[in-house]
Amino acid sequence: MHKRIALVLVFVFGILGIIPFLIPHPIVQNFDEFIRNDILRILAAFALALALGSLLRVHVDKIRRKRVNWQYSWILILSFAISSIIGLFGGVAGTGLLKTAIGSFHFDIQTLYENIIIPLASSMFALLAFFMASASYRAFRARSYEATLLLVSAFIVMIGFLPIASSISSRLPAFAQWVLNVPNVAGQRGILFGIALGAVATSLKIILGIERAWLGGGK
Amino acid sequence: MMETLLLALIGLSPPSNVRAYDTPSDGGGSISIEWQLSPDDAQLEGYEIYRSEDGVEFERLGFIGKGRPFYEGNSEDGKTYVYKVAALSDTIRVFSQPSNEAMSSPQWVDMYKLNIFVAMLIFGGFILYFIYHAKKGKDLYIRKIAGLQAVDDAVGRATEMGRPILYILGLGYVEEVATIASLNILGEVAKKTAQYSTKLIVPNADPIVYTVASEIVKESYTKMGKPDAFDPESVFFLAQEQMAFAAGIDGIMTREKPATNFLVGYFAAESLVLAETGAATGAIQIAGTDALAQLPFFITACDYTLIGEELYAASAYISKQPLLLGAIKGEDWGKLVIVLILLITSIIGLITKFPILSLFS
Repeated sequence: MHKRIALVLVFVFGILGIIPFLIPHPIVQNFDEFIRNDILRILAAFALALALGSLLRVHVDKIRRKRVNWQYSWILILSFAISSIIGLFGGVAGTGLLKTAIGSFHFDIQTLYENIIIPLASSMFALLAFFMASASYRAFRARSYEATLLLVSAFIVMIGFLPIASSISSRLPAFAQWVLNVPNVAGQRGILFGIALGAVATSLKIILGIERAWLGGGK
Repeated sequence: MMETLLLALIGLSPPSNVRAYDTPSDGGGSISIEWQLSPDDAQLEGYEIYRSEDGVEFERLGFIGKGRPFYEGNSEDGKTYVYKVAALSDTIRVFSQPSNEAMSSPQWVDMYKLNIFVAMLIFGGFILYFIYHAKKGKDLYIRKIAGLQAVDDAVGRATEMGRPILYILGLGYVEEVATIASLNILGEVAKKTAQYSTKLIVPNADPIVYTVASEIVKESYTKMGKPDAFDPESVFFLAQEQMAFAAGIDGIMTREKPATNFLVGYFAAESLVLAETGAATGAIQIAGTDALAQLPFFITACDYTLIGEELYAASAYISKQPLLLGAIKGEDWGKLVIVLILLITSIIGLITKFPILSLFS
């Protein structure tokens, strides 16, 4: 029974999602806005509570069972508790009940975000350069016909955009640009056609209840 | 007479034929104004648009550069407006004759999108036609997709090695098609892990996706008759922050050493961080995304990559359900129609741009 209710809801809200694309009238647009923003926000709030519960459960369990690197879970739980207290009682910019500054030392959520989360994320992002180097090595070993094709085209484009390219051949920069503008764009557009049609087909399958894997499959 | 004399002294001609009309196919609150450019357009800075409710008092509405004979201005629905357009050069303004009266109102149909609607109906028709045929038991041929054929081997490998399978849904929200497709594949993969009693790890970046993924895995285990084998802690929320999520997964990859990694859904810059770490741990990696910019990274670092539409077709391919396969067939016919349209229009373009026909005349 609960599966049938889910299928009916998906059908109704799926159709309600298509209608605003074709009808610009404010009555329809405002209703769509209400569903997308207000209702979804309420759902997201409940889901967030469940998600945070899951996060804590996993780490408490890790500590209890003394799994590999369980000590780090304490850091997560403590960080979670401290930032929750500061966020809930101190406000985002330190305008809440809790005092979030000692002299010139600020520890409101905004400051914590800018001085801890952003530098940590930037460090992870910086690692990309090393990952890119190792991935390039893997790609450029030319193990197969496709890998050789990738190697050759990448080599042409890279050399073609170097200042030295025009001294190798006056036509090389233009050829590199052509590789980028014609075969590359043609390939991308082909993929995009597939993506667009696939997205419509997937949506249709779900709205009509043909695709039910998200319900655990079956009839 | 006086006005003509004054204009001759200034040396600027005003724009003419100012026409105002309700902006078509919109939600109201907008009137479009068109005019014929001033003969002295090249000397101008641009055009100022003035609006009046009573036809006497005009207020400045906006400015647009020279050479452009169109402006879309805000309006209050149900009110009547008259417009004038002034040619502007330094401090000299030469006004046009007032436009006709115009009133804006919201529209019920966006006529500009009707072609998309028709295409959607035709494409939907193809899909429903092939689903109908599949229902009647017609055998449908679907080309082999290496990445999806490898799913069974990947699950088997993990079972033999006694290692878990890591399924990453990416950063996408639940309303994105890539995430929905990934959730569908997760359902099928979970059935296989339930069948072989292989450990499944599903970390999530979005709270709503987490709750849906958790339910899907649970349902799949129930469907396979092993509800008790479902570990609620196997599907968990990791982090919403992009790089924190990537760091968390890298940690899981190096600690748990999964035999197989599925990276299916929407990915951004973290794609290579995840795929390279997975490759370094020696896992078989099956990736799939519709994010074009990330595809080269996955192709380079993963064993199999589902490109764009293959990701959407995956659930049907794995489950082998005739109705779903029928939908894929319909999709292929839709593509065939597009290819034919492209081919015909390209030939027409070639003939008209490069008059090859004249060579034979």
